[in-house]
Amino acid sequence: MREKPFAITLDVGSSLANHTGTWRTERPTYVHLMPPCNNACPAGENVQAWLYEAEEGNYEQAWRALTADNPFPAIMGRICYHPCQTACNRAELDEAVGINAVERFLGDEAIAQGWRFHQSETLSGKHVLVIGAGPSGLSAAYHLRRLGHEVTIRDLAPLAGGMMRFGIPSYRLPRGVLADEIRRIEDMGVTFELGQRVESLEEPLDAFDAVFLAVGAQLGKRAYVPAGEAAKIVDAVTMLHDMEGEEKPQLGRRVVVYGGGNTAIDAARTAKRLGAEEAIIVYRRTRDRMPAHDSEVREAEEEGILLKWLSTVQHADAGKLVIEKMELDESGFPQPTGETEELEADSLVLALGQETDLSLVEGLEGVEIEGGVVKVDERMMTGRAGLFAGGDMVPAERTVTVAVGHGKQAARCIDSWLRGEEFVHPERPALATYDRLTTWYYSDAPHKARPLIEPARRQGTFDEVVQGLDERSAMYEARRCMSCGNCFGCDNCFGVCPDNAVKKLGTGAYMYEFDYDFCKGCGLCVEECPSGSILMVPEEG
Amino acid sequence: MTQTHESAAHDHLKFYQVGSFAIGNRLLPLEVRSVQADPERNNAITSGHRACQGCGEALGARYAVDAAFRAAQGKLVAVNATGCLEVFSTPYPETSWRIAWLHSLFGNAPAVASGVAAAYKAMGRDDIRVLGQGGDGGTVDIGFGALSGMFERNDDVLYVCYDNEGYMNTGVQRSGATPPAARTMTTQAVGEAPGNPFGMGKDVPRIAMAHEIPYVATATVADLHDLEAKVTRAMEFRGARYIHVLVPCPLGWGSSSHDTIKVARAATQSGLFPVFEAERGDVTAVSRIRKRVPVEDYLRLQKRFAHLFTPERDEEVLAKLQARADRNIARYGLLGPDGDIEEGIAARRDELEGEGAQ
Repeated sequence: MREKPFAITLDVGSSLANHTGTWRTERPTYVHLMPPCNNACPAGENVQAWLYEAEEGNYEQAWRALTADNPFPAIMGRICYHPCQTACNRAELDEAVGINAVERFLGDEAIAQGWRFHQSETLSGKHVLVIGAGPSGLSAAYHLRRLGHEVTIRDLAPLAGGMMRFGIPSYRLPRGVLADEIRRIEDMGVTFELGQRVESLEEPLDAFDAVFLAVGAQLGKRAYVPAGEAAKIVDAVTMLHDMEGEEKPQLGRRVVVYGGGNTAIDAARTAKRLGAEEAIIVYRRTRDRMPAHDSEVREAEEEGILLKWLSTVQHADAGKLVIEKMELDESGFPQPTGETEELEADSLVLALGQETDLSLVEGLEGVEIEGGVVKVDERMMTGRAGLFAGGDMVPAERTVTVAVGHGKQAARCIDSWLRGEEFVHPERPALATYDRLTTWYYSDAPHKARPLIEPARRQGTFDEVVQGLDERSAMYEARRCMSCGNCFGCDNCFGVCPDNAVKKLGTGAYMYEFDYDFCKGCGLCVEECPSGSILMVPEEG
Repeated sequence: MTQTHESAAHDHLKFYQVGSFAIGNRLLPLEVRSVQADPERNNAITSGHRACQGCGEALGARYAVDAAFRAAQGKLVAVNATGCLEVFSTPYPETSWRIAWLHSLFGNAPAVASGVAAAYKAMGRDDIRVLGQGGDGGTVDIGFGALSGMFERNDDVLYVCYDNEGYMNTGVQRSGATPPAARTMTTQAVGEAPGNPFGMGKDVPRIAMAHEIPYVATATVADLHDLEAKVTRAMEFRGARYIHVLVPCPLGWGSSSHDTIKVARAATQSGLFPVFEAERGDVTAVSRIRKRVPVEDYLRLQKRFAHLFTPERDEEVLAKLQARADRNIARYGLLGPDGDIEEGIAARRDELEGEGAQ
């Protein structure tokens, strides 16, 4: 042994012998919280997770993470009303992340690159019939196929897509995009039987292991409008449906659309594109009470669509309408005032809501109908064993994204049911609220809006109105994500620990480990974690 | 783990989510990532040291010494004044230091560092660099004569002062760096003017500048990239260099152990602690305030200022403290041309945050 200096009796040792972890009363733990975007997504997309991949430019991984929940990113990126962005925490810092625009970029990139879904490796031997090739049915077919089941999808229409094809105008959703994303599902081995009416459910319920019913709500509501014989009245659903046929609707030079929802806006904008000089929306309440989405109303106004508030159609005649003015009572309901005016109109389009054709389930044993829709339990199963239903025909908000979510949920429940199990929804983690974030760390970055084609140019054409982001802008937008409640690998915990009690295992999310031998439990890592992905939990005992 | 990037934008988009505000960032080019983000960093002060929970000095010292270690390519000798840093890192016979390290007396660390530098010079070893370090007690008060001499002779030493604004390991006594109105054991919150009196204490970074030494800078534990850049810059010079690092002390300041960085950030964003760098007596760059806060946001995090708010608000003292912050803001131009723009120290930060403000 080496001789020690004067007055030194002990060998030099490292402080590593001193386990300061014993000081601790609380320990930090990495968590996965529920980001608000994911929480708000009707299709249950793990938005934060796919943005994370896009941030690095790993677009295919991003697309695969996205399509694990929703097979239609290019469609969603055009027509989803993006509740994720309404919920986005970044809105409190500057502006919400343009999630929808990045989704579209990924969807378009997938089409351009020809990415395909992976085939399921094992087959279950079960065969499921999906009735209705709309968003809900297609989503169910896709997820069932991923789970290894044989799937047949039947629809009365000659082409698949449901309301995405026969309801949504092509200036919002180009048909090529729709076809590409549907073809990808077909390529997985799903059998499409189009142009076939399903007459009864009894035979399919015998022949198939399970049936998913998703026929949507395709019947336009007909409110009674007193009309002269020569008055031309059509319903919006039929009108938009006819846009897909050879014979386009003939509406005349002045078109009045009655209603305040998204369908009313679609009908008016379509009328304008068909050559109407004037397209007027008549709605009985005020703009702020309109169910239509703000961005659509704005785009319609830019295109010269006129909006007439607090008005009802009292009488329709050839070439003109009688409009009655309304006023809102104390509870916000419109009440007639008796005051009327005339409005020139070559046709009146009714956009007053849609109903489901329930002829298939009426009288079917066990199936309950309530308020014009089919009752389902939390497994999305009707009262008839093996018959599931979703989309616009069950009680829910009627949007494409909700329908896609129903399809996913139904597929999982059908899968569990076929295996004789009960589907247990994974427990939802706590919400990653804004107050959990340390927003100091995020670079200031305003939102990049998507370009619109000029209003004057769009009126006469069915070209797509909203354009996509280029790659650079899409990546910029992705990088605005704050990764709420989920680690994104910023190294703050690793860096700010005064005790070197965090180990870094690699690059990327959750590549860290606490060294509890030395962690004193100060909580600095928790406080300085930008995304709120570390929590303190009490030590046991 | 290696990343495969499919994208061209990845290589040229200069917007990096958290830019250089966070410790690391998987999106940043490798060459601009921090020393502390490196899993193989030196960890000059290793685990098991006895610093309090959330100690700002343990953190600041690791940041500074690791950066100096990298700049000196591992050939670094540190001289450490007596104080918290020495006490908590080296209780006999253990040490937390993973570099060549000498303990000096409380008041003579700058002189010992000068001696080490002179010895290496005599040996012809200009590759070995010398770092002197101490707390504010050992630097601002007790070792000040030795420090001033080291500056005056322009000895080839980087001296880093970890300023926690008091004599903390002996029981929180006032030092020449204690701010006015702060309660310490020796400036109790009693009487007509509770806490540390106004008009005393010294501003050592400015005194250092008055020596016209090659490099003087201030920094805090709230901005790692800035701190590392300054240490790295300081190591490019020969001669006397001085870096003054604000390191909040949960024990002495009465702040929560998890708030150490938040307190330091509030010190800079209120203007109470100006962050700047100077060469040969002239300020060359300042860290502009990014999100300005009133001094109250800083004071309220600390029990040593609790008497300014309870039992009632002491408006007069609060106004005087705000005036101190405002004076710093005016003196150093901390708000810049536009108080709301995000800008770190000079162009270094612009490069990494540039596209955000487009």
